[in-house]
Amino acid sequence: MKKKVLAVIMAAGLSLTMAACTTQQPAAPAEPTEAAPADPTEAPAEPTEAAEEPTPTEPATETPEEPDAVMTYAEYAAAEVDDPVVIEAYVQATQSWWDGKITVYAQDKDGAYFIYNMTCISQEEADKLTEGTKIRVNGFKAEWSGEIEIADGAYEIVNGDTYVAEAKDVTDKLGTDELIDYQTQKVLFTDMTVESVAYKNDEPGDDIYVKLSKDGAEYDFCLEYYLNGSDEEFYNKVGGLKAGDVVDVEGFLYWYEGVNTHITAVTVK
Amino acid sequence: MSRKHKSSKPYLLIFAALFISVLVLSGCHGSSGREEFAVPDGLDAGRKFEITFWAKNDTNKRQTEIYQNAAAEFEKVYPDIHVNIRLYTNYGDIYNDVITNIATGTTPNVCITYPDHVATYLTGSNTVVPLDSLIEDKRFGLGGSEVAFDSVKKDEVVPQFLEECTIGQNIYALPYMRSTEACYVNKTYVEKLGYELPDILTWDFVWEVSEAAMAKDADGKFVVNGQNVMIPFIYKSTDNMMIQMLRQKGYGYSDESGEILLFNDDTASILKTVAQHGKTKAFSTFKISSYPGNFLNAGQCIFAVDSTAGATWMGSKAPLMDISADKVVDFETAVRMVPQFDTSDPKMISQGPSICIFNKEDPQEVLASWLFAQYLLTDDVQIAYSNTEGYVPVTERARNTQQYREYLAMEGADDTEHYDIKIKASRLLLDNVDKTFVTPVFNGSASLRDAAGELIENCVKSVRRKQEVDDAYIQKLYGDVNSLYRLDQIGGDQEVKKDLGPLPAAAKLLLGGLAIVWCGIIISALLRFINEKKKKQPEII
Repeated sequence: MKKKVLAVIMAAGLSLTMAACTTQQPAAPAEPTEAAPADPTEAPAEPTEAAEEPTPTEPATETPEEPDAVMTYAEYAAAEVDDPVVIEAYVQATQSWWDGKITVYAQDKDGAYFIYNMTCISQEEADKLTEGTKIRVNGFKAEWSGEIEIADGAYEIVNGDTYVAEAKDVTDKLGTDELIDYQTQKVLFTDMTVESVAYKNDEPGDDIYVKLSKDGAEYDFCLEYYLNGSDEEFYNKVGGLKAGDVVDVEGFLYWYEGVNTHITAVTVK
Repeated sequence: MSRKHKSSKPYLLIFAALFISVLVLSGCHGSSGREEFAVPDGLDAGRKFEITFWAKNDTNKRQTEIYQNAAAEFEKVYPDIHVNIRLYTNYGDIYNDVITNIATGTTPNVCITYPDHVATYLTGSNTVVPLDSLIEDKRFGLGGSEVAFDSVKKDEVVPQFLEECTIGQNIYALPYMRSTEACYVNKTYVEKLGYELPDILTWDFVWEVSEAAMAKDADGKFVVNGQNVMIPFIYKSTDNMMIQMLRQKGYGYSDESGEILLFNDDTASILKTVAQHGKTKAFSTFKISSYPGNFLNAGQCIFAVDSTAGATWMGSKAPLMDISADKVVDFETAVRMVPQFDTSDPKMISQGPSICIFNKEDPQEVLASWLFAQYLLTDDVQIAYSNTEGYVPVTERARNTQQYREYLAMEGADDTEHYDIKIKASRLLLDNVDKTFVTPVFNGSASLRDAAGELIENCVKSVRRKQEVDDAYIQKLYGDVNSLYRLDQIGGDQEVKKDLGPLPAAAKLLLGGLAIVWCGIIISALLRFINEKKKKQPEII
């Protein structure tokens, strides 16, 4: 009996010893940049993609104090760049959560909001930002390459109603000054002709740049990888578009040095 | 006999356990399980190797082609080694993926990297191959007798660039390309504002011209360009901005041991100056506004600081452009060193990709990786890649070839391969290598770099948002940034390649417990032995 006890004690000791001195792995970077593409090229040993859940970091600057009143879209539109803003809108889509931040396409019945790198502490919290969810965001109005956005934002979910915007057909606004009035909204372009399709990195696994034309004029579209690159079927569909294809395209009317719609749906005619 | 044998069992058990414990204890701390790499006698003939190369390009198709061509040419020389290329467009993504793949043991074989990043990779023991013995190896080293291509010799690599890849006592990377930052200037507007563009810019000059450019006419348009938008001074990488300003002033940033010196009054004085011009919106950054080149080419920026590796995006005739042709304004572009505090002693950062090799269980695989890494230093690869942007080759041999000299001599012959701004940017580094510097590399130096940039970004954002950047603000900012990047966990006196440091408290506790258990076991066994001996004694007598 004593020998058995002795053996158990020794085994436990060894187990504890081994558990105590497992090798430390290098710590994740304090603030990694965006997660890498999730579709590596073939390699002899399958590489593992960057961690999905790094330790979130706290913002270095404080988020603005909660203003007294939620702005209407008109008030938001009238605000100057760098002004504090507070809005309520409904999530239409999100980009990948990363390192305590998430980028949100939000909209209400009056207009849309691109909320860039909003503080969101975890993937679990990010998962609650489903399509239609109402959120209140306070941050600062900003402009980056023509896209009006809310930067350094913080949010809370507002329980109650939900809203999913219908894609608005703005095909007839292409090439006009009116198009920008729909910035960031969920829009639809019909009977567009594919001119070219190019992978950002010359190979699948990153954004896809698509040029579509209408009435002889070309327009830039983009499959934003962090928005919907993980949808393999959709990614392959866009990547497989051929010059000359006629398509209807839905997306968010993003701006980068001109209109650069982030594609969310494509119908090949 | 059998009784005696039986009575010896506890001791055998104890000794066996002790032996195993010693093995476990000696083996488990500070090791990731990888053997330290030793150069093998030769590459096994007839063996097939598949190696992965994680490469970074600047969203430049020509660079992608060069990588692919290099792999194909290498495979002609070494048909048994197949190179799989995985492309990235920024260093950060490579860094994140490598960190993740260290944990799973699926790192690439060869990887484009920054020395700052290698320092983090080294926290896993024997993760990255130290290249010293490989470089010096007479058969397979640089210029080695058994290398099947015209390998560059060690003394043909620019010594300063090789030195930049030294971490602690070892060389952990080969330089691949080198660049620096340049200030791309709209000379037309500088002169329009009544200034003469000096050969070496000073910070005071840049601030003064930038403020002058903020003048508006009665219609609210900027006088200098007649547009509604003008951001006279835009800096792409504010981490470099802060690092260079500190170095030029002789202020603290960090030391070789990893001691962080960034958060001091000197840094505060720089931040206040930057904030002053951020407040008037004469200064902005890539993160706040967008790419400097876009504004420069649209006539909405006068001083655009970006890497020389981005030169093909700069200027009204730039071959690469993100803005539409109707927005491009015609102007004369000048390329200058980044602004200086002391024009008699200019200082600018040295940057650019390096190549590291990850350790594998099979030394043969590592040797195959090393051969490919070496191949990237051959003249054809060096010249071709450097010509894609304002890079310079890292070998004297490539620089001295007729081919490269002719390339430089054809500056401005066309707006594509010989685009004048690109070649001027390359010359900026070629002519000033002695004025370049790098920052100390240690585990955490990448975070410190990010923190340096964050200070500027936050100050500029805050003043734009009508916050006061004063001493109290800066002290709070220091605390926030320190915490954000966990710089307080970095500390000084680091030695790369040192194992994992002192044992964690939990491990100490458990080991202590184990020692107590063993003492108890031994005492118990001794008492039992004595008791048994006492019982047996009368029989013996």
